[in-house]
Amino acid sequence: MSEPVVALAGVGKRFRKSGRPALDDIAAEAEAGSITGLIGPDGAGKTTLLRLIAGLYKPSSGTLRVAGRNGAPEPGTLGYMPQQFGLYEDLSVAENLDLYADLQNLPRSQRRERMARLLSFTGLEPFTDRLAGNLSGGMKQKLGLACVLVHPPRVLLLDEPSVGVDPLSRRELWRMVRELSEQGMAVLWSTAYLDEAARCSRVWLLDEGRLLAQGPPDNFLAEVRGRCFRMPLGETGRRHVQALASAHRGVLDAQIQGRGLRLVLEKDTPPPDAKEVGAAGEAESVEPRFEDAVVARLRGQHASETEEASGHEDDWRKHADGDDTAIETRELTKRFGDFTAVDRVNFTVRRGEIFGLLGPNGAGKSTTFRMLCGLLPASGGEARVAGFDLAHARADARARIGYMSQAFSLYGGLSVRQNLNFFAGAYGLYGRGARQAIRRALKDFELEPYAGASAAGLPLGFKQRLSLACALMHGPAILFLDEPTSGVDPLTRREFWARINAMAERGVTVLVTSHVMDEAEYCDRLAIMYRGRVIASGPPDELKQTHLGRLDASLEDAFIRLIEAQEGPAAAEAPA
Amino acid sequence: MTGGAGSRIRGLVRKEFLQVRRDASSFAIAFVLPAVLLFLFGFGVSLDAREVPVAVVVEDPTPEASDFVASLINSKYFVPRIMHARPPAERAMLAGEIDAIVVLRETFAGELNASDIRPAPIQAIVDGTNANRGRVLLGYLRGAWANWLAQRGLEDPALARATIDVEQRVWYNPAVDSRNFIVPGLVAIIMTLIGALLTALVVAREWERGTMEALFATPVRTSEILLGKLIPYFTLGMGGMALSVAMAVFVFEVPLRGSLLVLTAASAVFMVTALGMGLVISSVTRNQFVAAQTAILLTMLPAIMLSGFIFDIEAMPAWVQAVTYIVPARYFVAILQTLFLAGNIWPLIWPNLLALALFGTGLLLIAGRRTRKSLE
Repeated sequence: MSEPVVALAGVGKRFRKSGRPALDDIAAEAEAGSITGLIGPDGAGKTTLLRLIAGLYKPSSGTLRVAGRNGAPEPGTLGYMPQQFGLYEDLSVAENLDLYADLQNLPRSQRRERMARLLSFTGLEPFTDRLAGNLSGGMKQKLGLACVLVHPPRVLLLDEPSVGVDPLSRRELWRMVRELSEQGMAVLWSTAYLDEAARCSRVWLLDEGRLLAQGPPDNFLAEVRGRCFRMPLGETGRRHVQALASAHRGVLDAQIQGRGLRLVLEKDTPPPDAKEVGAAGEAESVEPRFEDAVVARLRGQHASETEEASGHEDDWRKHADGDDTAIETRELTKRFGDFTAVDRVNFTVRRGEIFGLLGPNGAGKSTTFRMLCGLLPASGGEARVAGFDLAHARADARARIGYMSQAFSLYGGLSVRQNLNFFAGAYGLYGRGARQAIRRALKDFELEPYAGASAAGLPLGFKQRLSLACALMHGPAILFLDEPTSGVDPLTRREFWARINAMAERGVTVLVTSHVMDEAEYCDRLAIMYRGRVIASGPPDELKQTHLGRLDASLEDAFIRLIEAQEGPAAAEAPA
Repeated sequence: MTGGAGSRIRGLVRKEFLQVRRDASSFAIAFVLPAVLLFLFGFGVSLDAREVPVAVVVEDPTPEASDFVASLINSKYFVPRIMHARPPAERAMLAGEIDAIVVLRETFAGELNASDIRPAPIQAIVDGTNANRGRVLLGYLRGAWANWLAQRGLEDPALARATIDVEQRVWYNPAVDSRNFIVPGLVAIIMTLIGALLTALVVAREWERGTMEALFATPVRTSEILLGKLIPYFTLGMGGMALSVAMAVFVFEVPLRGSLLVLTAASAVFMVTALGMGLVISSVTRNQFVAAQTAILLTMLPAIMLSGFIFDIEAMPAWVQAVTYIVPARYFVAILQTLFLAGNIWPLIWPNLLALALFGTGLLLIAGRRTRKSLE
């Protein structure tokens, strides 16, 4: 066995004298020709670790060997793609590559041939003169990779390269990186997507600065084998069953997956009785997924902190508007000049339903969303929200909706309580009503201990809770969520969805946009958008069944199949 | 490795120029901002009083009184309003319509023609709210009075009175035009801001967009990154400087008595200092908005107050004078005022140039240190 290309021994990193270190006693190795997945919750130390290996930080303790050299790597042996890809947006594709070729001292004689190879490898040949800022997320990511590869490194570090990138581009990136590793490169890939990590040769699971576990994904899977079950669910009350099952002793994780409930149990624990939790049939053992293993690991670690958000049967306003239809669009259309962003879209969302609007970047999801929130006037067709026609009663409709944007529109400098105060005022609550709403938000979202803390300093999960609490201040009948959990770790995502589910149980209608197919599994029904049109809609299971003929496939596969069927395999390459 | 460094710096410089070409903001900072500021301040800031509204209270309209009033009307400094009693004049002063009152009492003619020498028989009341302007006005009025008396003596020697004859000569600025003195200082102040703003913004932008992190992961060295910023923005800044000097000479008609060569050399040293300030600012703030605010606060404000551009350093308390030594603009203001108004006076230029060179080197060293430790 040759010497590992990256070797860490007892590596620690401290930014402040007191408090917990950012990284603590990390010992791990990565070999040539392997792909190592770095996973772990937000703030676990993934980026810090990559920066240490890249030589951008000095370790506070321990030793670090990269490509046979202690400490900082020799120039040219290491390629690092930071989260924002490190591209100059006002430079063209060719100019970006040229700059990195200069920085990497690529001799002029080799340049032409090398560039041509990188451009064909990344499929960017037709776009050499386009400004990097005008590329789609997927193409930016490929250009970022090409820039790092100008001088082929021995170690390639990728920091969350797939955040905000659609599934097709994610797959292509994976294909490229695997090709590189087959040529002998050691790849370290940090990611929030566990399906990506499952395909790596090894995985490092980080949590709160410590290396919780490492090994091939199969080892992780072996640990939960025999502990994963699926229970069939009936037509109604699925979320109620989930809540009951989650609270059941010995259940580490309970997730709705189409018409079934996926359970991960503690060691040597029998699955809960179907009658006891109200499932439609007894649990049957299923093959574990990588995500099950990771969640089981993390849950064990955070046992005391995990709490489910359901529980309270409180006084959230019940929404009985008589009509059972919460949102309805008829031939809804939006044109910008001669470009049709949304093209005759039809769908109906029932009260208390969680409805997903899915599609790649630029499919028209956000535009549809903005029209439904009353932020953009429609160019044609009709939209009714909470019984109000958006063409005539926009303000009435708006009073009934809560909106949580991707970017967490919180005031970072204000405390949690001040943020709530502000939003209460913005929604027209005052006096006793406002005080009650704020008290209830602090209690329901368990934000009381943080009431005086500034919003900017909250952990990601709490920021998300606060955003949601603000959006729900006025007890809206309909909740709009724009990419609520993209790039969020699995535990935080579960907690968030537990709350959304509880909300839907109480009759709140939820409309979600996403390009993360995982999120779609939480929806009752979906509409998949592509180039301004709805190309398929229905419950997740039905979509999988119709487009793949299999239920155990992922929605992402179904999605990719659908788009390929629409336009041929190269279609999704179209820029945003 | 030296060949490698050359190619890396060349790559960075080319990148920077491409960005300047695509994004007009750097270009605007280098050329539009100094032109606008120079126009505004050059025409706006003047220490000279011209066409000052004054009330002349003539209690008895004798020929002598009329003759004096006529001399005031003919002067370019005053716009007199004739009144016949003090109360309306005082009201006008209160209302801010006039800045001074000249009172010619009814005894004016009699006292003027009396054979014995008596104190000046006119009274001048000046609005002292703005002490500086008040003092200037008082001086003008005195001058106008003395001129009139002298004139009278010339026309009719019998009326000549024994007065002390003061012959004034103002060197280097014979017209006593404050603009000649302000514009060179203004150029220094503006270029301090421009230089610091240019680098502060572009380096902060690299931090904001995550490109700095990507650069650090390549074989490029800190010194090469800094040079890659200095070279393009030095070129741009010197262009802005040339434009400012051209405006000073051709628009404001300030004489340039020193040599252009010395001016260019001194400007080059100063430009490195100003760009260095920008580099240090952005290495600390790493945010474009904060960097811009800091650049304005840290360069322009002290430069205006403490460089001797308007406010005389000699007149400041000793400890404030001590503070002015750390304002780089101070040295450049001195150099520019010398070069424009006096010429190549080396004893005045050398020490200032040396100080600027020291500042420039120091700032670049700090920027280098801070940028290297950067990601921590």
